[in-house]
Amino acid sequence: MMSEKHIDEISGVETTGHEWDGITELNNPLPRWWLYFFYATIVWAIGYTILYPAWPLINSATTGILGYSSRASVADEMAKAEKIQEVYDKRIEEESLENILADQELRQFAVAGGSAAFKINCVQCHGSGAQGAPGYPNLNDDSWIWGGDINQIYQTVAHGVRFDGDDDTHFSEMPAFGDILDSQQIREVSAYVVSLTGEPSNPDLVEPGKQVYLDNCAACHGENAQGDIEQGAPNLADQIWLYAGTEADIAKQIGKPQHGVMPAWLGRLGESTAKQLAVFVHSLGGGQ
Amino acid sequence: MSDTTTRPADVEQFDAEAVNAAWARKPLYEARKKIFPKRAQGRFRNFKWIVMILTLGIYYLTPWLRWDRGPYAPDQAVLVDIANRRFYFFFIEIWPQEFFFVAGLLVMAGFGLFLVTSAVGRAWCGYTCPQTVWVDLFLVVERAIEGDRNQRIKLDNAAWSVGKLFKRASKHAIWLLIAVATGGAWIFYFADAPTLLMQVLTGAAAPVAYITIAVLTVTTYSLGGLMREQVCTYMCPWPRIQAAMLDEKSLVVTYNDWRGEPRSRHAKKAKAEGKVVGDCVDCNACVVVCPMGIDIRDGQQLECITCALCIDACDNVMDKLGRERGLISYATLSDYENNMAVATNGGTTDIDPTQVRNADGGFSDRVTHFNWRIIFRFRTLLYLGVWALVGLALLYALLARDRLEVNVLHDRNPQFVTLSDGDIRNGYTVKLLNMIPEPRVIFLSLDGLPGATMRINDIDQPEGTSFAIPVEPDRLRTLKVYVRQPLGEVTGDRQSFHFIAEDKASGEYDRYNAVFNAPEQRR
Repeated sequence: MMSEKHIDEISGVETTGHEWDGITELNNPLPRWWLYFFYATIVWAIGYTILYPAWPLINSATTGILGYSSRASVADEMAKAEKIQEVYDKRIEEESLENILADQELRQFAVAGGSAAFKINCVQCHGSGAQGAPGYPNLNDDSWIWGGDINQIYQTVAHGVRFDGDDDTHFSEMPAFGDILDSQQIREVSAYVVSLTGEPSNPDLVEPGKQVYLDNCAACHGENAQGDIEQGAPNLADQIWLYAGTEADIAKQIGKPQHGVMPAWLGRLGESTAKQLAVFVHSLGGGQ
Repeated sequence: MSDTTTRPADVEQFDAEAVNAAWARKPLYEARKKIFPKRAQGRFRNFKWIVMILTLGIYYLTPWLRWDRGPYAPDQAVLVDIANRRFYFFFIEIWPQEFFFVAGLLVMAGFGLFLVTSAVGRAWCGYTCPQTVWVDLFLVVERAIEGDRNQRIKLDNAAWSVGKLFKRASKHAIWLLIAVATGGAWIFYFADAPTLLMQVLTGAAAPVAYITIAVLTVTTYSLGGLMREQVCTYMCPWPRIQAAMLDEKSLVVTYNDWRGEPRSRHAKKAKAEGKVVGDCVDCNACVVVCPMGIDIRDGQQLECITCALCIDACDNVMDKLGRERGLISYATLSDYENNMAVATNGGTTDIDPTQVRNADGGFSDRVTHFNWRIIFRFRTLLYLGVWALVGLALLYALLARDRLEVNVLHDRNPQFVTLSDGDIRNGYTVKLLNMIPEPRVIFLSLDGLPGATMRINDIDQPEGTSFAIPVEPDRLRTLKVYVRQPLGEVTGDRQSFHFIAEDKASGEYDRYNAVFNAPEQRR
């Protein structure tokens, strides 16, 4: 029955023999241009599977005679990008930080490169906006424990703070005054320090606290509590606190101080990236 | 009627059939039958020559027009500068965010097309469509090399010989040259034309230039040379869409069978036998000139692009016969139906052309002719109105647009920074747009934030309230701006204020509403 040819009476076209409720399907061939395109796609597909990775095998796939792989292609692009960056990296290594800041092209490259390096290496402690956290300084503000000019920032980035593996690292350690002062003295000096920031404080404690401060703290933090960058002694009279700013927090830090550690990055990232990081941090608004 | 029904010897009888005739429509998969359009002569052909010269001239020459914009902008009158994302059109320069001008022009083009189609039918198809113009151009080449219709048919049927090979090869070579020139002209709209021409010729141009030329060469050659009428009949959506644009008052190319039928090749003999004959002498002149391969006498057809060449062909025959022109003419459906009703006594009889004529041979008063007033009807006026409205809106937008702009992006992280003296600082990315091709100094200042001062990275100026910022011609300058407000002046955790950008020389001014964030406990 299937070998019989059914011809549709109205159009005179052969039907496929399929019928649904009396409706039959005409067996119109594809338009020829369409058919040719169809054949062309088959030819294309055969060529493609020979040239490019295509057929899955048990543990891998055919590699294709062009040897293309997306991984190699990415590596290639990375190498090309690094080649372009090399020129700038070399100049940044050679130039002084002041010159980098003065040269618009270098500065823009350094800020962009520093921003990228910051996202990979620094955000874990300093936060994605460099806004810091208790124990980790905010890098946007204008308060710098170890100095905020470009060279001082670079020094901190390159050699770290209290980092064992670097001889040039910044080192400071506030003594644990819990062993030196009694608890009343600590309460007094805490009240005095709070009063320096302009916050309300108990005047009965502030007065004796000032004497305790001058006797024990002024050597490092200064008579006016303005801090000392050389020793990494923070300014106590400003609004910015590394370990939170309540009176109780201050007393805790006096009695048993915490000391953060920042790794030295020069050895790990190289001079160009360390310089770029310094320029980036300097550009965040607090650079001096 | 007079003895003009006698057929003069110079009315040629063509032995032709319309290969795409409506009554013999081919199945889709049947091979194309070649069409050999004969050269037409007459008013519409002349008009088409003019349109062809104008459109091709505009296309090929526009990129070479120069327009002085000063030292900081290209001097090419029409330039789509994709690399720098600028579009230049004579005195107008458009930035990417002003692309709505182009969208508006496209809306105008659409309504313009509706307007023209509802008034005079497929005039776009018949006269100005690039497909029509280029096919016409390719036919000029074909006729020049292979001769007119009969010679081309003869050549096509002839066995391959050196002469045939030479003719065919030269025809295709010239077609390819035209195609290359077409693709070549296109790329000049996207770069400085003289520079790019030298680069293309010396092999120094970008690969995309050569690829574009190659693609447009292939499409021009195959669409204009090889596919021709098939593009209009099978590929183009417009013949389908335009059916909705036509109404009974639109002008379309019409065979007026109310005066033409019954057609007769031997009118004199038929008349002598007392038969009624119409004006059509069935000479097939209208069929042989048709580039679409149809017979207009079969009525309105999808294939007809209304190129009006059949009108020219028929008018020439009518002139020779001494009868009125317009056996084939631009006519509206309503006129046609009225005249048909006259000729057939309201549809009760076969066509009797004597019904439409007076005793003296002229047309009877009952025959209606085209009246140009019919173009001005509600539909066309509506299209015209919308078209004009869009045009006026664009014109207003063009005249009122700003050439100075400031855009501000607040730092997301951190939202604010507390400084050592307790002041609050917010960071912003400020973009100053100098949209004229001249360098400018733009003054940036703050408004509505008490006590606030600014500091800008890269601008060597101490903290202040107003900064003079040089911006390069036709460029955007991105600045990192830090705004600082004294603790005592902070009035809330979200204060609204404005960045103001001003060109003091021209008085141009723009402002941006920004927000200053502060910690909640500072309230």
